Amino acid sequence: MKNTAKKIYIALIFIFLYAPIVTLMVLSFNASKTRAKWGGFTLQWYSALFQNRDIMEALGNTLFIAVISSLAATVIGAIACISMNGMKRRTRSVLLGIANIPMLNAEIVTGISLMLLFISLGMRFGLGTILLSHITFNIPYVILSIMPRMKQLNPSIYEAALDLGASPGTAFFKVVFPDLLPGILSGFLMAFTMSLDDFIITHFTKGAGVDTLSTKIYTEVKKGIKPEMYALSTIIFVTVLLLLVLVNAASGTKNEKAKEKES
Amino acid sequence: MSKELIYLSNISKSFDGQLVLDELNLKIHENEFVTLLGPSGCGKTTTLRILGGFTSPDTGRVYFDGQDITHIPPNKRQLNTVFQKYALFTHMTIAENIAFGLKVKKKSQSYIKDKIRYALKLVNLEGYENRMPDSLSGGQQQRIAIARAIVNEPKILLLDEPLGALDLKLRQEMQYELIRMKNELGITFVYVTHDQEEALTMSDTIVVMNQGYIQQIGSPESIYNEPENAFVADFIGDSNIIPATMIEDKLVRILDTCFACVDEGFGHNKPVDVVIRPEDVELTEPSEGLLQGVVTHLIFKGVHYEMEVMANGFEWLVHSTTLFPVGRQVGIRVDPFNIQIMNKPESEDEEATVIDI
Repeated sequence: MKNTAKKIYIALIFIFLYAPIVTLMVLSFNASKTRAKWGGFTLQWYSALFQNRDIMEALGNTLFIAVISSLAATVIGAIACISMNGMKRRTRSVLLGIANIPMLNAEIVTGISLMLLFISLGMRFGLGTILLSHITFNIPYVILSIMPRMKQLNPSIYEAALDLGASPGTAFFKVVFPDLLPGILSGFLMAFTMSLDDFIITHFTKGAGVDTLSTKIYTEVKKGIKPEMYALSTIIFVTVLLLLVLVNAASGTKNEKAKEKES
Repeated sequence: MSKELIYLSNISKSFDGQLVLDELNLKIHENEFVTLLGPSGCGKTTTLRILGGFTSPDTGRVYFDGQDITHIPPNKRQLNTVFQKYALFTHMTIAENIAFGLKVKKKSQSYIKDKIRYALKLVNLEGYENRMPDSLSGGQQQRIAIARAIVNEPKILLLDEPLGALDLKLRQEMQYELIRMKNELGITFVYVTHDQEEALTMSDTIVVMNQGYIQQIGSPESIYNEPENAFVADFIGDSNIIPATMIEDKLVRILDTCFACVDEGFGHNKPVDVVIRPEDVELTEPSEGLLQGVVTHLIFKGVHYEMEVMANGFEWLVHSTTLFPVGRQVGIRVDPFNIQIMNKPESEDEEATVIDI
C-alpha cells in the first residue's frame, strides 16, 4: 500500500515535469497543422526545418558560440582554479563566493548589464558580443565543477613529479592535469549546455540580424507558431538531455572511484 | 666516519612570522640512516623539505657533496622523496609510476624495464606491474612509493613519516623492510618521524628536534641512555625526570635522599635534573629501599606491570615484572649506573614540554 502510494506520487511528479515536453515532442511528429487533432505520424517538420536556411544559420551560430565559449571558459576557469588553489583559505573562499555570484544573479540582470557595458564601450553587437557574454556566464560553472576535484587532489603528487626530475610544466600536464580531467570535462560539458540553451542573455547582447536557435525560435513564435519550431525545440531538448547525462556519467564515475578509495 | 654528504649550515626559516627553524646546523654522512625525531611543529618536516628543495630557507645554505644546492630546484637534485601520503599517480599503473622518473630522464626502454623488475623485487611486489595504485593496500602503496624513488638511484632517500598511515603490525614489518633495503642499496636515508620507537629501531643517528632547535644528536643508545636534557629524556621513552642537587662528584641528592651515581664534573651543590628510566627503578621491601613509598596505580602491560609509586612527594613511574598491589608499602632503589644527570636547561627552548601522543 505504502509502496503504491510512493509510486503514484513519483509518477505524478514526473507527469507534471515532463507533460509539456512530451506534448511538444508528440506535436513535432503530427502531420496535421492544427494542434487540436492528430493527423498521423510524419517527419516533414524535421525535413522542413533542415531546409530552412535561416534556422540552419542560427544553428551554426549556436554551435559556434557554444563550442568557442565553453572552450574559452574552460581554459580560463581551469587556470582560475589552479591559482585559487595556491591561495590562502580565506582569500580563496572569498574569491569563490564572488565567482559564484553571477550564477545566482537573475539572468535578465546579467543580460542587461552586459548590454549596457558593451554600449558604453562602443562595441558593435553581433557574434562577438554574444561570445563574450557566454564566456562570462560560463566561467563560474567551470570553476564550480573543477574546484571540488582540485580539493581532492593530493598536493604531494605535483611535488612528487618534480622530485622525480620532471620540470614544472611536465609535472603539471603529466600528473596534475589527468587527475583534474574529469572535472575539466564535466565543466566543459556544463558550459556547453548552458551556452546552447541560453536565451535571455543572448537576447540582450546579440544585436540585430544575428540569431542563435533560442532567439530564432522566439522571433518565429512571435510571428505564429509553426510545427517546425516543435521539431527544433525537440532537437534542442534531446541534445541538452544527452549532454547532461554525459556530465552526470563523468562525475558519477569520479564519485565511485572516490568512494572506493575511502573504503 | 664515512664521507660527509649533506651539510645544512645556519638554516633559518619562518612561516607567517613564526620561526620554525632557528640557525640549524646538521651534517649527514654517506650511507647513514638519519632520523629527524620530534613532536609535530618541531621543524623536522621543514628540514626535510629544505633538503628536497620544496621549501627554500630564509637564511643559511644547503651543501650537497660540497656543492651549494640552496637554490637548485627539486627536479635537479640528486635525491628522491617518499611522501607521507605516498603521492602515487593514481591514473598510471604501478609500472608507469615507477618508470616516471626514468622516462623523464629519457632512459632506454629496456633499461626502464629492467629497473621496474628490479625495484618491484626489492620491495617484494613482483607481478604488480599492471595494477592500479588504488587497488593496493596502504603498505603496498608505500612500498611502490619507495620503489618509484629508488629506481632513480638517488644518493639520498628522504622519507617523510612514510609509515604514519599504516597499522602497528604493518609498521613494524616495514621497519625491518626499510633497514634491509637501506643495507642492500647502500644509500643514505633521511627519515622524519614523531614515533620514538621507530627512530630507535631503525636509525644509525637520531636527531631530536624541538621548536626549531636540535636538542641532541646521537646513536639510539646514547639518546636513550644519556639524554642531554629533560626534553629528550621525556620524549624518548617513559622516564622519571626529577629535580635534584649534585652534592659532589658521584653523589646526588634526589628528594632529600642521597643516591650514589657515576657522573662527575657537575660541581658542588649544583641544581640538576636526573632521569631514571621506569625499568631501572627497583622496588623492594620498605626496609631495603633508599626511599619508602606506597603503590598508587597498577596496570598490566603485557611484558611488565606499570606501577606508580608515591614517595617523598614524587610519583615514580615503575616498570617491573614483579607485582606489587595498590596500597602496598615499598622501598625504592636505583643502581648508581642507571641515574642519568642532566644540566638544568639554560634556555626556555630546552625546557621539557608536555607531550601527548
